[in-house]
Amino acid sequence: MLKTFRGGIHPPYNKDFTKHKPVERAKLPDRVIIPMSQHVGAPCEPIVKVGDLVKKGQKIGEAKAFVSAPIHASISGKVTAVEPKPHPGGGMVMSVVIESDGKDELFEGIKTPKPLAELTPDEIKNLIRESGIVGMGGAGFPTQVKLSPPPGKTIDTIIVNGAECEPYLTADHRLMVERPDDVVLGLEAIMKATGVKNGYIAIEENKPDAIEAIRKAIQAKDGIELVELATKYPQGGEKQLINAVTGREVPSGGLPMDVHVIVDNAGTCAAIANAIKTGMPLVERITTVTGTGVNEPKNLLIRVGTPFSEIIEQCGGFKGEVGKVIMGGPMMGLAQSVLDVPAVKGTSGILVLAKNDVNLSEQSPCIRCARCVDACPIHLLPTTLGKFAERGMWTEAEEYHALDCIECGCCAYVCAAHIPLTQLIRLAKNHIVASKKK
Amino acid sequence: MGEFKFITTSSPHIHSGESVQKIMFNVAGALLLPTAAGIYFFGMRALVLVIITTLAAVLTEAIFQKLRGKPITVWDGSAMVTGILLALNLPPGLPLWMAVVGAAIAISLGKQVYGGLGMNPFNPALIGRVFLMITFPVQMTTWINPVDGTTGATPLQIMKMQGVSTDYVKLFLGNIGGSLGETSALMIILGGLYLLYKGYIEWRIPGFYLGAVAILSVILGRDPIFELLSGGLMLGAFFMATDMVTSPISRLGKIIFGIGAGIFTVIIRFYGGYPEGVSFSILLMNAFTPVINRYTVPRIYGEVKVR
Ligand code: SF4
Ligand code: SF4
Repeated sequence: MLKTFRGGIHPPYNKDFTKHKPVERAKLPDRVIIPMSQHVGAPCEPIVKVGDLVKKGQKIGEAKAFVSAPIHASISGKVTAVEPKPHPGGGMVMSVVIESDGKDELFEGIKTPKPLAELTPDEIKNLIRESGIVGMGGAGFPTQVKLSPPPGKTIDTIIVNGAECEPYLTADHRLMVERPDDVVLGLEAIMKATGVKNGYIAIEENKPDAIEAIRKAIQAKDGIELVELATKYPQGGEKQLINAVTGREVPSGGLPMDVHVIVDNAGTCAAIANAIKTGMPLVERITTVTGTGVNEPKNLLIRVGTPFSEIIEQCGGFKGEVGKVIMGGPMMGLAQSVLDVPAVKGTSGILVLAKNDVNLSEQSPCIRCARCVDACPIHLLPTTLGKFAERGMWTEAEEYHALDCIECGCCAYVCAAHIPLTQLIRLAKNHIVASKKK
Repeated sequence: MGEFKFITTSSPHIHSGESVQKIMFNVAGALLLPTAAGIYFFGMRALVLVIITTLAAVLTEAIFQKLRGKPITVWDGSAMVTGILLALNLPPGLPLWMAVVGAAIAISLGKQVYGGLGMNPFNPALIGRVFLMITFPVQMTTWINPVDGTTGATPLQIMKMQGVSTDYVKLFLGNIGGSLGETSALMIILGGLYLLYKGYIEWRIPGFYLGAVAILSVILGRDPIFELLSGGLMLGAFFMATDMVTSPISRLGKIIFGIGAGIFTVIIRFYGGYPEGVSFSILLMNAFTPVINRYTVPRIYGEVKVR
């Protein structure tokens, strides 16, 4: 039996654009824009200034707070600006701009660490922190912080999230097919760092080649199990995944560690493996460039900081009239207004939707069809929450658990009346959180 | 790369393509099956009645919206569905002008005064029907027999007055006296199955409604098959109790709604003054819907029992 959760939707997956395309190395960018905030938590402080020469892998942003992750140069060259720049996550963020010298020279400080068998748990955690590794599924939570639960919280299970339930995206899929051993090595490192004996790699059943590759890679490994998941969105949502794999429910307002689980993305595991094998910090990632509005959809291995415009150009540029450029998938991604934003550590995909594919239908009154209720993976009442939000009834919205909404977009996707439910609920959440801070 | 103006509305960026109009037209499509049965058994007269009632409903909606200076939304198909449903609930021989009055009342008093689509607490078609039953009780209970067109009694009336049952096959196929669209259980079930298959109705309301009537009939010593197949129960269970606007949104709520409607139907049929109680039962449960919604908020993911 395939494992899954209750609720959710079956959108068209549209993964055929790129799912059979091997990962291609993108060409060296002429210029990278590296934001000092690519993670949840405190932004980094730039430790280089205009005119400095930097090399690939050199630290350029220092993480001072516990919840943070340092940032490294992704190419070699000269720092030409240290100033706020547009960020794909919205707004302006302090960024370091590096003009390439075309040499792509490696920073001398990069040394290959000891093999995993010889590393202590603390050394592993330190390596993960110093390599600037964050959750690569998009959220960007510093990985090392996750692996260091506060006293009193015990962890007994690690789940590698290979669900990749967002339509269109295939970055994790290709990674698991092409580098299954790295995913497994990353998981082993996490297990060793946390002293946990139970590891799962969970993959949606629509990726049979990835399942096969991982199955082979774990054959001789103890304590690591493959879990096949039903193909359903948002199967890769942390809470849905934990529920499907362990049967546990993360308590409302809580974290996975409250049910003794750590979830890490497959890409994150590969980044850890890379750090252990070569000592290289996180300066590149696989991103899926796809959609109906791009000429040659691809899975590209890109340097962090490469502008969207350059990436899209390498995929044959825009096709026809473009409606939206989205960082991430179509369900939870962020629509961009400009193309000079850089790809960051969490950029799992760049999705270009042709104008005709953008849904701009007019809203009609709610007919209480309850589609949204059946689709919500958290079992909320989106229609009710939407009405509260429209009327500014924030207290009522909170009573109906607006804060538990994971903003997966299922409700708005199915809404017969085309009500922007997710957006309304997000609004309610912002109001509730703001009123709590007062 | 040229300069583009990107659309930046927030996620999700894709949509299922479902719409109110699509749902309404599908419901109307499913209603064509019982309508066809009505025409087969009662002749062209039935077709005229359906068309006139539907037109009256749509026109009333348009006029009402025009007068109030609101956008005219008759193309969403909801008034059309109300019109067809009302016609299916009328005696095939009802004078046409009465049907027009019923449709006008259904849309105006049953829907628009509350603010239009989605805001009405009661099923508009049933409001129209009940209004007609109160205003024109004689015409509303003058039933014609299929085929020969003479007047006669419905199986439920015969049961109530004389305690005589009607042949199951006749009941199932619809060769009996009664409202235009409620006679053929077969066609109603087919239409209902189509909507279930398409996901436009949900099985819990009809399932628990019919189930409750059947079980209560057995307990009270009646013939459950007769009760299920006669009167407006099938039509009500599949097409009126399932009206989205006026029924609960949670799964548990739907179960309660179905069982409640079943209990009221049985009480009215077995102990009330009327031979049939489906309309009243559904309207009663419509009245309970807000309360049911309030008390059947589902347990959310991760909610701890005691907070
Ligand atoms: S899906 Fe849309 S129309 Fe249906 S109940 Fe939810 S909010 Fe209302
Ligand atoms: S209410 Fe929130 S969690 Fe539920 S479907 Fe909508 S966006 Fe997802």
